[in-house]
Formats: sequence, structure tokens, C-alpha cells
Amino acid sequence: MTELLTPFATWRGRIAALVLVLLGLLPLYAPWLDAAGIISQKFALTLMTRVLILAIAAISLNLILGYGGIVSFGHAVYIGLGGYAVGIMAHHGVTNGFLQFPVAIGLSALFALAIGALSLRTRGVYFIMITLAFAQLVYYVGVGLEPYGGDDGLTINRRSDFAGLLPTRGPDKTTAFYVVSFVVLLLVLGLVHRLVNSRFGMALRGAKSNEQRMQALGMPTFRYRLTAFVIAGAICGLAGALLANHTEFISPAMMHWTRSGDLIVMVVLGGMGSLLGPVYGAVAFLLLEEFLPGLLKVVLTWLHDGVAAVLGPGAGALESWLRLAEYWQIALGAILILVVLYARGGIDSLFGRPRHG
Amino acid sequence: MTLLIEQTLNGIQLGLLMFLLAAGLTLVFGIMDLVNLAHGSLYMFGAYFCASFTAWTDSFVLGALLALPAALLLGVVVEIVVVRKLYRRDHLDHVLATFGLILIANDLVRAVWGPDGRRIPLPAWLNQPIYLTPDLPYPTYRFAVIVVGAAVALFLYWLVTRTRTGMWIRAGASNRTMIGALGINVEALFTLVFGLGAVLAALAGLMAGPIVTVSIGMGDNILILAFVIIVIGGIGSIKGAFIAAMIVGMIDTLGRALLPDLLKSFLSVTAANTAAPALSSMAIYLLMAGVLVWRPTGLFGARG
Repeated sequence: MTELLTPFATWRGRIAALVLVLLGLLPLYAPWLDAAGIISQKFALTLMTRVLILAIAAISLNLILGYGGIVSFGHAVYIGLGGYAVGIMAHHGVTNGFLQFPVAIGLSALFALAIGALSLRTRGVYFIMITLAFAQLVYYVGVGLEPYGGDDGLTINRRSDFAGLLPTRGPDKTTAFYVVSFVVLLLVLGLVHRLVNSRFGMALRGAKSNEQRMQALGMPTFRYRLTAFVIAGAICGLAGALLANHTEFISPAMMHWTRSGDLIVMVVLGGMGSLLGPVYGAVAFLLLEEFLPGLLKVVLTWLHDGVAAVLGPGAGALESWLRLAEYWQIALGAILILVVLYARGGIDSLFGRPRHG
Repeated sequence: MTLLIEQTLNGIQLGLLMFLLAAGLTLVFGIMDLVNLAHGSLYMFGAYFCASFTAWTDSFVLGALLALPAALLLGVVVEIVVVRKLYRRDHLDHVLATFGLILIANDLVRAVWGPDGRRIPLPAWLNQPIYLTPDLPYPTYRFAVIVVGAAVALFLYWLVTRTRTGMWIRAGASNRTMIGALGINVEALFTLVFGLGAVLAALAGLMAGPIVTVSIGMGDNILILAFVIIVIGGIGSIKGAFIAAMIVGMIDTLGRALLPDLLKSFLSVTAANTAAPALSSMAIYLLMAGVLVWRPTGLFGARG
């Protein structure tokens, strides 16, 4: 971890450290935010737990998308697999987390191995589409699983039980689960950091920029790619197991193709091929989703007041202006298009040049 | 037997609708090398335009005829404002930017038409069965969809293989740089192809409108099916899109119609009724995975 936080010399490093510290200390200052009337403690912790979990999923996607150049358009499938492993075991009374989590991770890794082995043979758009197809395949299996709720999903009555180490009910469970998610996020960041800077990571990045050269150097690029694909799937399965515990609910909607799209958006928004980019992306995307309507209302009020100052009563009632904020996804879509067209490096590139090109 | 014929006709009808959607997508894909996730939104807009124009003119046929130029206009505007800037980018950028377009399209529809679905009312002459043989009734509307779909497929075939525009389109699909060098206005050709794709998607949407409810996001799932079709058929190949659309239409329809009875022999009735659509959807994706493993560029694909 220390090597992760040492580059304080650059703004990039300082901001990365600041973001991680702000996230890590949230349980300490959340009561203060609550008391100041800014945001309720429970809401803040619940929302940010979701952010942390999806950040883990986005980090796993970044390993193959950002470092490996592998555009998987079915990554949410592993969230679903991890979630369903936990949900189905809980449904049958197996709530031991030491059993549930390895099964969730193993199942996701196994599927990633099968999907990767078949789809990594194709290139370009065909790869995007075949990963999408496999994800839809699993999605429809979920829809068809009538004993586990089918399309409607399944409520999880008991969270994973880690030999009583973690409170599974009561007022402490939200805070405890947040802390656990944060620790998992740090561990995953550490793992991915070590991976991408190892010989394996160098080969993976080399295969992204020039596959033929890597092959000429004797690197088995297919095997490296497949390994990265499986590791990414396993990490994302872990995120899925956490998400199922967080929402206490699983449904096929967790792995709909638009969820895979959301994950790609998080990675690109934050900055591809940067360690903390996916974390920034997850924070930005989910907070935008949560607070964009409110933000739009502020902007619309200004606009209304401005127009009213010129036109007087011709501006119309403020309410009809504020109703426009319901359609905040238009603004989200526009932001997305603008980022793609004009800010390719994502949020991370705003803080200075990345260390690796 | 009657059931089988009826369901086969339904399969052809779904296949033709899917072909209209996939043909535009595969042209845009093959010629501009653009992954357009927003193609499903054009399908949705076609249906909504038709619903509004039908309510306004009191005639489904007039409504449909007015919806097509409206969709053309929309397609051209989208191409000029956003899509044109994407041609020189990679596929990941296409996916992201057109994903943004989907978000915009869905909320725009919600803002203009409201959150509730719409029904497109059919005129009386379309809303009754015709008798293909004295004891084989079939809904006139579905039959009309087959006729129109087949006619448009033939028109496309004629357009692409027999006209000068079609020659440019085929040339564009095989070598973009070269047709530019030969003095063809590539920019205008791209706008034209995108507009043509928009009209085809809208036609599919407005014809599906009276069968399914017109609703927000109606294009999102069918878009993925259209992608499956063009990937099975081979990107850029209209012939491939047609054959794959027919196969997918048949698997989906026959699977949904025949599987429940088959499954009921060893599953409960409710389990069979939910498992059957899921299984027929899965069969389509399995088919695609199989085709890609066997032929990584699709059945009739020329380029990787």
C-alpha cells in the first residue's frame, strides 16, 4: 500500500491519496454531515457502499479494458454470477460467508475462463458482440430461473455470515459493511497495482499496443489475455457477491447489457489504464446519477430568474421550469458524449500526466 | 399443423422486421465502420412518430407515411450533429457516445410523449383475419407486415445491386479511401446511408408498433438482437443479414410457441411457460457464439 501512496510529489498522487482518505474516513465524518443537515448518515453510507462496490467492478474491467485493450461488453455478467451464487446459497440456508464468497469468485472465474477461451479468438467488433452475447445468454438463464424468482429476482433474507465477525443486522451493519467494502477495495487496488507492474502486466500492456511484436518476442499473448480476463472476472464476481449482500436482493437486471455499458462508462469517465481512474469514474457516475436532478434544479432556478429579470412574468412559473429536471438523463447522455468527443483521458488525466503512457 | 403454419408465418414476419432493423445497422457498420447502439432509438422514434401522426390524421397508413420522412430528418440531424464526429474514432468511443445517445433518446421520448406506453390503433380493414385457406385464418395486419417487409427487402436488393447509389455503397463497404479518391462525395454518401438506416429502423418500429405496445426503451433489447443478426450474417453483408434475420426470427417464434408443450412433459406448467422464452432467447445467443467460434467473421463477412 505504501508504494501506492508514496508519489506525493505529483498532484496526481496527492489527489489519489486525498480521494482514498476521504472515502476511508467517511464513517467518521458521516455523523457530522448528518448533524449539519447536509445528508443523512445512513443514506450517505448506503450510497457510498454502492459506489465502492461498483468501483471494484470497474477496476476489474479496467484491468482488461484499460491495460489489455480488451473491450468486453458483458462484464456485468460476473456481478450477476457472484450475486446469484450468494443469493441462491442463502436461499437454501447456506449463509456461511467463508463458503459463499469463494463459490461466487470461483464461479465467476470459471465462466470467465469459458467465455474468454471462446471469445478471445475473435477481434474488434466481433469480440465486443460475442462478450455481449454470452452476457445476454446468462441474463436469460437468470430470467428463466423460476425457482429463484425469474425476472422478478430474489430477496436475500440473511446476509453472509463471517463467523459472527461482522454484524449482519442492527444499526452497526451499514457502517461495518462500508468498512469491509473499503478494505476490499484497497486490497483489489493493491492486487491490480502489483499485477500491472509485474512482468505479466508489462506483457499484457505490450500486447495492447503491438500484439505482433509481443508474439515475435515469444510471448504467448493469448494465454496472457485469457489470464487477465479470468482474474478480472473473478474480481468482478467478488463485487457481485458484495453487491448482493449490500442490496439484499438479486435479479437478472444486475447483469442486463446496459449495466455492462455503465461499467464501461465508469472506466472511460475516470480514465482508462490508470489505477484509480475507475474509482473516480464510479464516484462521478453514481454521484451524477444521484445528484444531477438536484443540480439541474439549481441551474434551472438561476436560468428562470435570469429570464424573469428580462421578460418579467413572460418567463412562466418556476415549477414548469423545474419539471425539466426530471429529464436529467438527457444531461447525463450529453456529458457522456462530450467526454468521448473532447476529454478522452477521463477525470484522471485532469490531474496531470499519467506515469505510464 | 395449423399452429405450425401460423407460427412459421409469425417467424417470417418477425424475421422480416428484424431484417429491416439489421439492414440499416449492417450498412452503417459495413460502410462507416460505426457501432451504432442508438439504432434501437431510431426504431423507437419511428413507432412514436407513427403513434402521433396516426392520432393526428386518424389514419394508420397516413401516419406511417408521415413518420418515415420525420425519421429521415431525425437521422440526418443526428448524423450531422454527433455521429459524423465519431467516424475517425475507435469502436469503444462509438459504443460510449451512442450509449449516451440512448440515454438522451429515452428521456426525450419521456419528456415529449410521457412515461406511459401508447397503442397504435389499426383501421378496421387491417384488424380482421384473412383466410389463407378456408380453415386457416391469419391476422391481416401481420400478413401486411410480411408483404411490406418482403417488398422493402426486394427494393433494398435492387438498390444495392442494380443502381449507381448501390454501387457506391458497395464500393464504400469494401474500400472507403478508394471511393473518396475516385471523386465520390463520401461525406454526403455517409449521411445518405445513415438516413436510409434511420428510415428502415423507423419502418420496423412503426410496423411493430400495433403488435407490441409502443414504449420507452422498446428498441434497447431488440437492438441487441439486431446486432446478433448482423454478426451472424457477417458485418456489411445485406444477404447475410437477411438469412440470419430469418433464422433468428424462426428460432425465437417457434421456440416460444413449441417449447412450452415440449417442456411441460418434464416441468411444471408455470416453469415451462417462463423457461420457454428464456430458452429460445438463449438458443439465439448460443447460435451466434457457435457461428463466431466456427467462422470468426460471420457467415458472409468479408472483413474482420
